[in-house]
Amino acid sequence: MSDRLTARNVFVAALLALLVLLPAYTHATGNTFIMTLFTRIVILAIAAVSLNLIMGFGGMVSFGHAAYLGIGGYVVGILAKEGINAGLVQWPLALLLSGLFALGVGALSLRTRGVYFIMITLAFAQVVYYVANGLDRYGGDDGLTIQARSQFGGLIDLSNRTLFYYLCLALLLATVYLVWRMVNSRFGLVIQGARSNDRRMRAIGFPTFRYKLVCFVIAGVLCGLSGVLLANHTNFISPALMHWTRSGDLIVMAVLGGMGTVFGPVIGAIALLVLEETLPHLIGLGSYLVTGKEVAAAKEYWQLILGPMLLLVVLFARGGIDGILARLRRD
Amino acid sequence: MLYLIEQCLNGIQLGMLLFLLAAGLTLIFGIMDLVNLAHGSLYMLGAYFAATFVGLTDSFLAGIALGLVATLVAGMVMELIAIRPLYGRDHLDHVLGTFGLLIFFNELVRLVWGPAGLTISLPSEMLTAVQVLPGVYYPLYRLVIIMATLAVALLLYLLVMRTRIGMLIRAGASNREMVGALGVNIKLLYTLVFGLGAALAGFAGMMQAPLAFVQIGMGENILILAFVVIIIGGIGSIRGAFVAAVVVGLIDTMGRAFLPDLVRHFVSYSAGSSAGPALSSMLIYALMAAVLVFRPEGLFPATGK
Amino acid sequence: MTDALLQIEGLTKRFGGIVASENVTLDLRMGEVHAIIGPNGAGKTTLIGQLMGELTPDAGRIVFDGQDITALPTYERSLMGLARSFQITSLFLDFTALDNVALAVQANAGHSFRFWRDARTESVLREPARAALARVGLGHRADVLAANLSHGEHRLLEFAMALANKPRVLLLDEPMAGLGPEESARMVAMLRELKRELPILLIEHDMEAVFALADRITVLVYGRVIASGALEMIRANEEVRQAYLGEQEAVHG
Repeated sequence: MSDRLTARNVFVAALLALLVLLPAYTHATGNTFIMTLFTRIVILAIAAVSLNLIMGFGGMVSFGHAAYLGIGGYVVGILAKEGINAGLVQWPLALLLSGLFALGVGALSLRTRGVYFIMITLAFAQVVYYVANGLDRYGGDDGLTIQARSQFGGLIDLSNRTLFYYLCLALLLATVYLVWRMVNSRFGLVIQGARSNDRRMRAIGFPTFRYKLVCFVIAGVLCGLSGVLLANHTNFISPALMHWTRSGDLIVMAVLGGMGTVFGPVIGAIALLVLEETLPHLIGLGSYLVTGKEVAAAKEYWQLILGPMLLLVVLFARGGIDGILARLRRD
Repeated sequence: MLYLIEQCLNGIQLGMLLFLLAAGLTLIFGIMDLVNLAHGSLYMLGAYFAATFVGLTDSFLAGIALGLVATLVAGMVMELIAIRPLYGRDHLDHVLGTFGLLIFFNELVRLVWGPAGLTISLPSEMLTAVQVLPGVYYPLYRLVIIMATLAVALLLYLLVMRTRIGMLIRAGASNREMVGALGVNIKLLYTLVFGLGAALAGFAGMMQAPLAFVQIGMGENILILAFVVIIIGGIGSIRGAFVAAVVVGLIDTMGRAFLPDLVRHFVSYSAGSSAGPALSSMLIYALMAAVLVFRPEGLFPATGK
Repeated sequence: MTDALLQIEGLTKRFGGIVASENVTLDLRMGEVHAIIGPNGAGKTTLIGQLMGELTPDAGRIVFDGQDITALPTYERSLMGLARSFQITSLFLDFTALDNVALAVQANAGHSFRFWRDARTESVLREPARAALARVGLGHRADVLAANLSHGEHRLLEFAMALANKPRVLLLDEPMAGLGPEESARMVAMLRELKRELPILLIEHDMEAVFALADRITVLVYGRVIASGALEMIRANEEVRQAYLGEQEAVHG
């Protein structure tokens, strides 16, 4: 039992407890902002976990993963605009289209590797971005407001914030569990083997292309789900969500949290978004303590720190936060 | 017809700017095997520096010259501090590390120059149109861009083909280990090459600046096009970058100019307005995909890999 | 010719101006070790590359068990029973030794579109893997990360993977490379045992091993076959001695 009580496991357990108990805190303090923030965190964590499936475990670095957020979101948005609000129609369609898009992109991109793969996935995402920009009927580059959340006919009311939060959290936990089972299965070992040494995999008899393609599609579908949830959460969808720099954000979450584990990206998503909210205040507070007046500008420039921090993580803490915690065990 | 010629020239002009960016990128990628997402940041810095110096000195030329120096220095400092530790690592590390730099520079620019962006106004002599063909007039400034870039291309050609440093660059592009074995000061060479790339990118940024806005993030979109150019042209090949840049510039410009009308004509009016820009990008990416499938080393691969 | 499991006819491969393989014809029969020797750059590794389908020959064909496999992709040839070991060790360094071999077993254990069960608990994969490791003498190192094994252990692991891959033919690319005298002797003993079960195409520089194991020898120089035949015949061949063996004997004294 004692070797399960590692620093890492305790940390993860604490995070999970925090996520589950959050609405209780909100109800007690009336601070709804924190629930809104964490709903967003949980939704994006699903996207980050899906990206890490192909990136951390499969070695396929996709700089176009945000496209699926957009596809999932736009299917919901477009159907809603056309009067179709039924979740049971919107959601499966969104997932199907995400999967089909991933199939197409994967079939072409997976013939390349390294930086070429990165560029070609980026290019495909940009195409979707431009297409969305051109959809004047659905808002074009201003984006599309979604009047009502997906309807599930009395089964569950998504406009109830607490209920929605728990739904998203449940989906996140299901996603993490699913991905965890997958990476340790025969399928997952093939994917990891292909990342480790693709040539050897083929030499021992694995047609690696088809396995990687299936993995790519699964990741796309999961991210599409994240997009569906995001559109419901913000009641809004816009092409900006699909810009390649948003794909970069997802990559940052996975790397920051730790690409080597399934749960790592969840840590990364929490870390990134919490930092985004709190660091400006901390800087403001710090500047106040130092100079005696609150330097308002300082709060805005937290991204000045994020950039170099990312570089430092890449250089010195490649395993991300998860990696750092895992190393604590040995000390 | 007039419109066609004008768009053609615009396409070439865009191609020239793309070439400046792509030449630096392809050199850095070919010689140092480094994927640099922050290259667009140097493009942006060039524009901001030039705008500032033009404002300070009231002279367009002085502004450009000072801007170039500033960008060169900025590039070399970037290389020394942030890029050096990345050499030899895998491409994902490069992508992540330079993505961090990209974020950093966007915020730094916002800190120093504010979020609103700047403009550069051209000296009045440049604000005329010149007759390029009987009855066809084209803005002088855009012609200047084309001429200036051609001059730079020529200088680059002379540098790479006729000087000792150029020989090292060519050797490095086709065989990295060899150059190290020759006892050349690799670190210095890398810093110089990076600086050269930075200057080229900055030059492109400042040339472009009077035509559009100088704003945060201006480098991002054109950076992707530049990557497409070097993939089509061939990594490490300046000649490839030139040809591919002109092709891509033409496709992008002509696509935006004529595809919407074509679509309107054959499909519907609204489809034309929405689909137009997307279609011309799709064409470019389709070309890149085709190159990757049929000729992955690019159209003019650097020899010897 | 009829009991030749693997037939190579007129294989030719050029890289620009360099001819790596020129009209190479040879075969591999049941129950034999057929060694391929030749100086560096003779095209031996290119030959294996073409046999496995990583390189496409410009001319010629490859017939395995009566079937023309010249156009077949690598993974299909592997599934048919062509197993190779790599000259420069090509392992899954971030997996354990057992995981490495288990993957080779998995490749032949049906499709891998199974998403739920932990593959490391499947005895149908783990048992044959352990057996293969034990056979090459690495049983006690099963749970060590491949990256932490010694070079000699890497060569053994390479070999174990080839064995676990349900091979009908073994293509070994310099299995002795980098092994000390003890390890080499062990490898030779293993191969001698193995040749009763499987035909082996052996590319080697280590002439002691070649003379201890080979039934037939083919000599490749600059991509061409300059001699091919029984062991004793080759040993006595003047041309071969001068072109190749002569150098070797001078070196070994």
